[in-house]
Amino acid sequence: MSQADLSIPFRRRAGRAMEDAFLQEALTIATTKFIGLRREAFDAFPEGERLRDVAREIKEATLQHLDRYLEQLIGNVERFGGRVHFATTPAEARAVILEIGRRAGARMAVKSKSMATEEIHLNEALEAAGIVPVETDLGEYIIQLAHERPSHIIAPAIHKTKGQIADLFGKELKRTVPADPEALTKLARGELREKFLQADLGITGANFAVADTGTVVLVTNEGNGRMVTSLPRVHVAVMGVEKVVPSMTDLMVFLAILAKSATLVQGPRRAGELEGPEEFHLVVLDNGRVDQLAGPLREALDCLRCGACLNVCPVYRQIGGHAYGHTYPGPIGILLTAMLNGPGSVKELAHASSLCGACVDACPVRIDIPRMLIELRREVDEKRIAPWIERVVFTSVGWLLARPLLYGLAGRIARVLQRPFVRDGAIRSLPLFGDWTRTRDLPAVASRTFRERWSELERETPR
Amino acid sequence: MTAMRASLMITCLGDMFFPEVGVSIVRLLRRLGVTVEFPQGQTCCGLPLFNSGYHAVARRVAARTVALFRDADHVVVPSGSCAWMVRHEYPGLVGEPELARDALRLAARVYELSQFLVRVLGRSEFPSTVRGRVTYHDSCHLLRGLHEAESPREVLRHLAGVEFVELPGADECCGFGGSFAVRLPEVSSQILAKKLRHVEATGAACLVACDAGCLMQMGGGLRRRGSRVRALHLAELLDGGRA
Repeated sequence: MSQADLSIPFRRRAGRAMEDAFLQEALTIATTKFIGLRREAFDAFPEGERLRDVAREIKEATLQHLDRYLEQLIGNVERFGGRVHFATTPAEARAVILEIGRRAGARMAVKSKSMATEEIHLNEALEAAGIVPVETDLGEYIIQLAHERPSHIIAPAIHKTKGQIADLFGKELKRTVPADPEALTKLARGELREKFLQADLGITGANFAVADTGTVVLVTNEGNGRMVTSLPRVHVAVMGVEKVVPSMTDLMVFLAILAKSATLVQGPRRAGELEGPEEFHLVVLDNGRVDQLAGPLREALDCLRCGACLNVCPVYRQIGGHAYGHTYPGPIGILLTAMLNGPGSVKELAHASSLCGACVDACPVRIDIPRMLIELRREVDEKRIAPWIERVVFTSVGWLLARPLLYGLAGRIARVLQRPFVRDGAIRSLPLFGDWTRTRDLPAVASRTFRERWSELERETPR
Repeated sequence: MTAMRASLMITCLGDMFFPEVGVSIVRLLRRLGVTVEFPQGQTCCGLPLFNSGYHAVARRVAARTVALFRDADHVVVPSGSCAWMVRHEYPGLVGEPELARDALRLAARVYELSQFLVRVLGRSEFPSTVRGRVTYHDSCHLLRGLHEAESPREVLRHLAGVEFVELPGADECCGFGGSFAVRLPEVSSQILAKKLRHVEATGAACLVACDAGCLMQMGGGLRRRGSRVRALHLAELLDGGRA
């Protein structure tokens, strides 16, 4: 399954994902592995818990003065010979990048993994402009070959098993290869080496940008990012406006809780340097972020795009990323989708969570995702985006809950109505309640509710 | 024994579906010397409305509840999620300054049952109504909302004749999530199926939880599969004696 068709209701999209046996196997293996690895990493890192709080404080303090830090960042990037472009919308960002490519006479662009470029649908725009985009992160390379989109923020091909990848390579690269991760990686590496040498343009995201040094930071674990930033003549980095951190000291806190390894880019190649691009461009993307500096989703601007909340989310673990239907999947993805496309775009997704809070515990900067999901649900209710029948039901229930006598009466009526359906104290099937009773028994309303037993209970004396 | 007063907040699910849990709590607390009160007119804490985004109606329900429990010394709730609602959401939800002050006072006095037994009364040894192996599911709001993992386990470990075993993935959601369970029943049921596989693998005769929502979900699932495992509220394991 590739990108989901948004005309299909979310419930059906989720249902299809759960019927996909390969996807189910891949999700279970990968999320279980990620959870274990994270636990091990933090167990061996006792100061990690404290650093999470520090990281959160740095993020919040930076957002308070985002204008000042952006100005400082721009000044320093330019001081080292780079150029900075602001883009309010995805269309503006695409136009800026295509213009850079056109002036460079680019025919091919190698890319390092970047959710920001996914967000602005850059690859399609590059193709249309005659610039062949080549994803060089192994996972991204796989899904590009499969004409799909990432299903996880840091593990884009998490929905594929190694067997499926071997088949894909066989078909697309015309080479037979065993379903062995090492062999598959070697084959991809060989294919990609040539592209690095041919490409005129290197395009990356940015995990951080350090304001007081003008350094753009990429966190990777494959090494391809380094070649994307250094081999092509022109390097373009695309980053969300919220990625600024004040100083190198601040950066170290984030790298400690996040990183395997990082690539630091400070402008283009300077006189006398042996490697690096001739031009460096930083595209700073707003796309709804700035509005949230004072909006209900502000906390989501703290997100580091680490994907930890996806791995622990019981919903994500069942349905994977594509069923969500947008660039960013999982619990944080619902918030980011609302940020980029407005609350109307998540009227179904806002409810794709049991609010279990596992995401808050896993988040390196402790973003309170359930709180903001409830906030989105409220917006969906108050702006009357929610279905009218639902609004009527909830409003009536609320009315009833404020009238204890009627509430008690409703219980007695339910007890009469349920009679034909009760077997042995439970209900196996009940009209209008099929969504519960299809898989679960429903307890029957008790023959005497607690309130009905109280007067008798009140008279009991302890033994 | 010091004279202590506690008000029982039975909750909507507890009142209608699990009244015997309330009865067990009343008898147990009395046996421990606590005077139990049951403020008349209580209905629901409003959590289902709040979580679905219907905050204006939830606010009215919350305001009533604050007024009903205004004079309570302690409030005991058999569900972690409702206790969380009162403790964490009421003060910000009710709005008016005077009510907000009462809500804050209430928030400081509300306890989920196991917390009240262990942390307020300092009791963790009780006579048991069951024998054999039992396991425990951490309800999300109790665990991650009220940060309570220890009290229920403390009680279970001390139960005579009971062998307490940890449930693999005990801290993972059971898939209930209030309206989530019927908005996305297929996802909810698949999360539940995984939970129940873990439960059955423990070989326990009893699955214990401290939340009526989770018990509805897991108990309903166990019954549907014809499982021999019974889903019980912690209170049902503690023998308060009969009058």
